Amino acid sequence: MGFLDIRRATKAYGNVKVLHETDISIEEGEFLVLVGPSGCGKSTLLNMIAGLEDITSGDIAIKGRSMNGVRPAERNIAMVFQSYALYPNMNVAQNMAFGLEMHGVPKPERERAVAQVAELLQITHLLGRKPGQLSGGQRQRVAMGRALVRQPDVFLFDEPLSNLDAKLRVDMRTEIKKLHQKLGTTIVYVTHDQIEALTLSTRIAVMYGGYVQQLGTPKQIYDDPANIFVAGFMGSPSMNLFPATVASADGAPVAEVRLGDGASARLPFAPGKAAGLEGRDIVLGIRPEAITDRDSADRNSGAIHVIEAMVEVTEPAGSDTYVVSHMGGKDVTGRFRADVPVRAGERCAFAINMEKAVAFDPETEKRVA
Amino acid sequence: MATSPDAEASLASVGPARPAGGGSAGSAQVVRTGRGARFLIYCALAIFCGYYLLPLYVMAVNSLKPLSEIQAGGMMALPAAWTLDPWRAAWSTAQIGVQATGLRPYFLNSILMVVPAVALSTILGALNGYVLTKWRFRGDVWVFGLMLFGCFIPFQMVLIPMARILGMAGLAGTVPGLVFVHLVYGIGFSTLYFRNYYAQFPTELVRAAMIDGAGFFTIFRRIMLPSSGPIAVVCVIWQFTNIWNDFLFGASFSDFDSQPMTVALNNLVQSSTGVKEYNVHFAGAIMAALPTLLVYVVAGRYFVRGLMAGSVKG
Repeated sequence: MGFLDIRRATKAYGNVKVLHETDISIEEGEFLVLVGPSGCGKSTLLNMIAGLEDITSGDIAIKGRSMNGVRPAERNIAMVFQSYALYPNMNVAQNMAFGLEMHGVPKPERERAVAQVAELLQITHLLGRKPGQLSGGQRQRVAMGRALVRQPDVFLFDEPLSNLDAKLRVDMRTEIKKLHQKLGTTIVYVTHDQIEALTLSTRIAVMYGGYVQQLGTPKQIYDDPANIFVAGFMGSPSMNLFPATVASADGAPVAEVRLGDGASARLPFAPGKAAGLEGRDIVLGIRPEAITDRDSADRNSGAIHVIEAMVEVTEPAGSDTYVVSHMGGKDVTGRFRADVPVRAGERCAFAINMEKAVAFDPETEKRVA
Repeated sequence: MATSPDAEASLASVGPARPAGGGSAGSAQVVRTGRGARFLIYCALAIFCGYYLLPLYVMAVNSLKPLSEIQAGGMMALPAAWTLDPWRAAWSTAQIGVQATGLRPYFLNSILMVVPAVALSTILGALNGYVLTKWRFRGDVWVFGLMLFGCFIPFQMVLIPMARILGMAGLAGTVPGLVFVHLVYGIGFSTLYFRNYYAQFPTELVRAAMIDGAGFFTIFRRIMLPSSGPIAVVCVIWQFTNIWNDFLFGASFSDFDSQPMTVALNNLVQSSTGVKEYNVHFAGAIMAALPTLLVYVVAGRYFVRGLMAGSVKG
């Protein structure tokens, strides 16, 4: 039994099931990120943990205590909202102390707690201001301060960074991570941004269509996606997914891929992979960083395979150049070094790291290798 | 309904006055006009302004004259001999109904009626709006629809049922009875105002307060009400004007000792004990109109702001 247990929890509005049976268990101090496109059920699940939405069936327990029927105020949780939800009529200090006041904490103690958290977040100079006088980043800090001051069992974050501009978002992301490492709090964090999910979490639940598609560490999710949805959703630019056929060459399985100019290429799988799949159609998944120029290829990999293919487009992105080619009827992006001398319309060598390749069943979309 | 013309007039003068005064914000849309055109516009405005203010002028001027001057003709002339006697008479000695008490006790009746009725209908409207937007329940749309419908039921239609209910409740002919009637009628409007205002109010704030441990009424008092200033002003002005100016309910449901100002004013003017004291009547009419005027002057600038609140994202 974990610190936060979600057991067979479901949510339905009438006949519409928005969350199918979900099991997640996390330990104290974990940082769980619920990630998925809009409408996947991640916010619903968060609101169910918070007690803002009822559970249709199943059970959610914090510290072993079932939360069914327990009011949000009595769950010992704190939540940071997307809009920050700071009370506009109160100043920062009153905002932060409001939860403590509602829980009957005496005034001197409240003031001490607020001062302490304000110092931690470096917002002491803002304590007398109203939310309307704060910038987006400052409001974000105050919202976190309001959650921290309560010293709850579980912190819930509902897309807290999506209202910030790009640069500030990256800064605050780092700050949240630092804060988590420093305080060792248990956090459930909802986002649609897969970068946030990968950078912040100790574990990720990728959600889609009301199902948890995969639950695992960031590395597991990134390297070993359970299905095509997870593979395509996580990572930027997203994983190349294109049809291939498994054939046998010298007794070992190889993926046969049709290239843009009608030729076909044979990509031998890494040893031990795709055994027994000979003759089947698959969807081959290779991340852009595993398709690169000859010099940038991973020297530690034992399964680098070089093929020649036509370059369709090059996209210089400063630190890298993305080179787009055609494989299996799909655009395939490779991540080359920045100053690689490649031009559109020319043939060039693509070094493919087959150790990082994964394969899916085109029908079930599940991982097969 | 007895919404007196001066309420309409004040609305008309308050409305356009605001954008003209605070027009600097929208200076990009200012249309440049030539000198001649502007002269004509100001002339037209001055004429309309005088036209609207003329009745008030006549009332004020004649309430400060001895009766003999009015009878000699010359309604428009300034008083030759200024006097406050008509005001004193209207306030404390004029014959109203059968007694010579002046308007004073009835003014007090109106205050005793309008203050609780306005306060209660505003608070209940706010509470209704809060529930209808933040604590939604099955069928809430219907409840709101019926309350809206209540706003548009003609007063005359409910006179007899209301009289029955007041009789059964033992409130017939009392000031609390009038408060009740106006409260029932006022809730529809105040609910409409507050519901539409609170619909714009972010629900995440209510959820945050719930997680912080605030209950139903604490959220209402500590989070919702402090942010309701503009709409509360609109609601108070609206209710105050309507209830203060009401004649029909006042005439139907009050006794001699519970009549509001409007009914007493009518009795003052209708009482025929020899000569018509026009100067006293004018003074009484101004007295009856002063409180609404005062409310507009004090709170008027919030009125338009409140009406605009929520209509423009900003």
